Amino acid sequence: MPKSLAWMIGGDQGEGIDATGDVFGRVLSRLGYCIYGYRHFSSRIKGGHTNFTVRIAADRVLAPQANVEVLVALTQETIDRNGHLLLSGAPLLADSQLKPVLPDGCEARLVEIPLTQIAREVGAAVVRNMVAVGGSAALFGLPLDAFEAYAREKFERKGETVALQNVEALRRGHAFIEELGLRGRFSLPAPRPRERYLMTGNDSLALGTLAAGCRIMAAYPITPATDIMENLAGLFPRFGGAVCQMEDELAAITLVIGANYAGARAMTATSGPGFSLMQEGIGLASMAEIPAVVVDTQRVGPSTGMPTKNEQSDLLAAVFGGHGEGQRIVIAPGTAVQAFEDGFEAFNLADRYQCPVIVLSDLALAQWLQSVENLPLGGHAIDRGAIVAQEELDRLTGEFERYRLTEDGISPRALPGMPKGQFLATGVEHASSGKVSEAPQNRISQMEKRSRKLDALRARAGAIETSRMDHAEVAIVCFGSIVGAVDEAVELLRQEGVRAGRVQVRQLWPMPDIPLATALGGAAKVLVAEQNATGEMRQLMRIAGLEDDRYRSLVHFDGTLLTPGRVVAAVQELSVKEGV
Amino acid sequence: METVTLQDYKTSEKSWWCPGCGDFGVLAALQKTLVKLGIPPHRVAIVAGIGCSGKMGNYINSYNIHVVHGRTLPSALGVKLANRDLLVIAAGGDGDGFAIGMNHFVHAVRRNIGVKYIVMDNHIYGLTKGQNSPTSDHGQKVKAAPFGNVESPVRPLSLALTAGATYVAQGFSSNQAQLARLIEGAIAHPGFAFVNVLSPCVTYNKVNTYDFYKQMLHDLDEDPDYQPDSRGGAIAAVLEREELVTGLIYHDPGSVAYEDALPGFAEQPLAGRDITLGQEDFLELLASYR
Ligand SMILES: Cc1ncc(C[n+]2csc(CCOP(=O)(O)OP(=O)(O)O)c2C)c(N)n1
Ligand code: SF4
Ligand SMILES: [Mg+2]
Repeated sequence: MPKSLAWMIGGDQGEGIDATGDVFGRVLSRLGYCIYGYRHFSSRIKGGHTNFTVRIAADRVLAPQANVEVLVALTQETIDRNGHLLLSGAPLLADSQLKPVLPDGCEARLVEIPLTQIAREVGAAVVRNMVAVGGSAALFGLPLDAFEAYAREKFERKGETVALQNVEALRRGHAFIEELGLRGRFSLPAPRPRERYLMTGNDSLALGTLAAGCRIMAAYPITPATDIMENLAGLFPRFGGAVCQMEDELAAITLVIGANYAGARAMTATSGPGFSLMQEGIGLASMAEIPAVVVDTQRVGPSTGMPTKNEQSDLLAAVFGGHGEGQRIVIAPGTAVQAFEDGFEAFNLADRYQCPVIVLSDLALAQWLQSVENLPLGGHAIDRGAIVAQEELDRLTGEFERYRLTEDGISPRALPGMPKGQFLATGVEHASSGKVSEAPQNRISQMEKRSRKLDALRARAGAIETSRMDHAEVAIVCFGSIVGAVDEAVELLRQEGVRAGRVQVRQLWPMPDIPLATALGGAAKVLVAEQNATGEMRQLMRIAGLEDDRYRSLVHFDGTLLTPGRVVAAVQELSVKEGV
Repeated sequence: METVTLQDYKTSEKSWWCPGCGDFGVLAALQKTLVKLGIPPHRVAIVAGIGCSGKMGNYINSYNIHVVHGRTLPSALGVKLANRDLLVIAAGGDGDGFAIGMNHFVHAVRRNIGVKYIVMDNHIYGLTKGQNSPTSDHGQKVKAAPFGNVESPVRPLSLALTAGATYVAQGFSSNQAQLARLIEGAIAHPGFAFVNVLSPCVTYNKVNTYDFYKQMLHDLDEDPDYQPDSRGGAIAAVLEREELVTGLIYHDPGSVAYEDALPGFAEQPLAGRDITLGQEDFLELLASYR
C-alpha cells in the first residue's frame, strides 16, 4: 500500500475550490488521517485555473506528492493541465456538463458525473462541489456520516435549508459513484486517530505571537503574509490588543519600533516587496537597540516576481539587507509547529538581544494546510530581557545610561513612563548615555557592543535540528518549508541503502557554525538544498567557514514546491558521479 | 505632586541650531507649556524626525525616540498604542512631514491618532543645506533649482482640514505666548492635533523671514469675525489668505481618538499588562482548527 494518496480538485478561481479542498481535508483529518493540503493559484480573484490537492497519509507528510490518485475537474482546463498526474486507470471525475475529453496520452479513467445537474436537482447550484466531495468519499470508501456531520456544522449558521442541501449533495454524489461500482476503488491505510489540528504556518505563527504576548500588529496587506494580520485582527480585541492596517510597510515597521520602544510586544508581517521597504526601519531598530519582530513570508522575487509561488530567496536580504552594518537575528521555521515556536521565541530573542528578529517563513509554510499534533504552550516562557529596575533608577544621581558598555553587550533599558529613566533612543551613533556622539573611540565601542550581543547565539541550542544523522554519509542541509520534502527524501534514500540524514538550520543568522560543524563532521557529502537560484544559505555557510570539498548545492527555483523525488534524484546523481 | 520646573526639561546637550533659527522658539514654547501643565518628563515621549527640526528631542529631557526620515507619525502611533498614558508628541520638519512622510500625515489625520504633531515649517530643507521643500514658494531659487521652483506648494492647513483633522492650528515661532497656547490646546485635545509652526530658517531661506511673516500674518485668534468651529469656514479662511494665518483654525469638540475607537483595545497601558496567554484560552483557540 502506498504511503499516501492524493486527491485533487481543479477549476476556475472563484469557484470555491479552496473551500472544497478545505472541507475534504478537514473531514479526513477528523477521521484520523494526516493531511498536507496545497494549492496552485494565480494572482487574480476570478477566473484562471486553480487547484487544491489533499495528500492523505497515516503519518505526518509535509511535502507534495508527485502524482495524484483522484482528480475532480470542474473545467476542461483542469483536465488538460493536470490529467497527466493520474496514473493509468485512475479516476478523473469530471462534470458531465463539460463534455470532457481526455488529452492525448492520458490514460486515466474518465468518470463523467453530472455535478451541476445534481446540484440543480438538490436545489442550489452552489453545492456542486459537495456532490464531488460525496463522490470522492465513495471512491476512497470513506464513511459519509463524517462528511455529513461536518457539512451540518459548517453550514448551520446559514440556515437549515442550506445545511440540508449540502448534506443531500454529498449523498447524491456518493450514491452516483457507488452505482458505478467504484466505491472503495482506493483503500486508505488505517488511520491513527489523535488530537490533531489542521492549520497553516500563518495560523500557528499568529497563535505563537499571541501566546508570546504580542498585542500590537501593524502591516500592509500582501500575499502570502496577510492571513497573519487577518487572524490577529480577529483575536487581539479579546486580549486588549490592536491590529493596525497601515498605509505602507514603512509605517508598519516604524509603528512596531515605536511600540516596542514603549514596552509593548509588537510585530509586523510582510513578503519580499514590503520587506525591502522595511530595511531602513530595521536598521533603526539595530542602531537604537529596540526589539522588533518582522515576519517575512517569502515568495518569488525580485519585484512582483511570481507572487503566488514559493521561494526562499530573501535570506541574504534578511541578513544583510539594510545599509550600514546592522545586527539582526534571522530564524526560519519549517513546519507549522516550528512556526508557532518561532512566533513565540522571536519575541524573547528580540527582548533579550534588543534588536530586530526576522522570522523567515515562506509561501508553502505560510499557506498550505498541515496536520499538527500538540502545539506546546507550556514549553515556552515569556522573557522580557534586561529592563532596569525602578529602584535602580530612583537611586541614580546622574543620567540613566541606556547604552552602558557591558561584557555581553546587553544593557538594561528603561521603558517610557518610568521616572528618572528618560533617554534618547536614536538612529544616530550615540554614547552610552544615548546622546549623539561621533567620537571615533565611541563609535568603535558602541559598534562592538552591538555586535558582541549576538556572539552567544552562534551556539544556541535549537539553532539547528537534525534527523537521521547517525552514521549518515550524505547530509542534506536545508531551511524553511522544504524540510518536509527533505525528510521524505531521506527515508526514500535509506530504503535504497543510502545512509542519508537531514540537518535543518533554524537560526540562519548568526550562523550556528559551531553545532553545524559538529553535525556535519562525519558526512562524506553535504548537499545544501534550498529554494532559490544562487544558493543563499550555502553562501552564508561559506562566510561562517562551513565549506570544503564535500559541499554541493541543490537549488530549485521554478516556483513549484520542491518534491522528495527531486531531492532523491540530486543525491543519486551525487552517488553516480562522485561515488558516495 | 512634585512641581515640575523648566530645569527638569533641560538636557546637558548644547543646542546645535544656527543662532536665530526659528526652532529655538518652538522648543521654548513646548518646554514652557509642559512645565505650565505640570507634566513630569517621564510621562512625555517625543518622537522626532530627521532634519534640523528633528534635533528637538535631543534638547528635552523626556523619553525621546529619534526615528528615520519621514516616519515620525507611525512611530508615534506605536508609542501611543504601547502606553496610552504617555503624552506623545511628534516633531519634525516640512520635508519630514510633507515630502517623505506625506503619506503618513494624511493617514494619521484620518485615523485621528492620539498624537500631538508639531511641524517646524521653514519652507526649506535645512539639514541638507537649502533645497526646496514641499512648502517652498513657487519660483523660489535655490542651488537645486537655480531657475526657480516650478512646483506649487503644499498647503498643510487646508490639506489637514480636508483630510478630516480634528485640531488644526498654526503658530509663528516668535509669537511665544500664542504658540504655547496652541500647544496647550493640542495637548488637551483627544485625538490628532496638528500645530504647524512657521519657523524661519535664517541660513537658507531668504524669502520666508521673520520680517516677511511679521508683515504678512493675520492672527485669527484676534479676529472677532472668526470662529474655529466650522470645517468649511476654516478651509475658506486659510485659502483666502494663502495660509498666512496664525491661531486656532479648527477644533472638533466631538473628536474620538483612534485608540479609543479600536475594538477591545485595553484601557490601561499595554506596556504594564500581564501578557501571558491562559491554557484555557489557548485550547479554545486551537479547537477552531479542528
Ligand atoms: C531616507 C532619507 N533620505 C534623505 C535623507 C537626507 N535628509 C536629511 S534631513 C532632510 C530634509 C530635512 O528637511 P526638513 O524635514 O524640512 O527639516 P529641516 O532640516 O528643514 O528642519 C533630508 C532630505 C535622510 N536622512 N533619509
Ligand atoms: S539651517 Fe536653518 S533650520 Fe537648520 S538650524 Fe540653521 S537656521 Fe535652523
Ligand atoms: Mg524644513
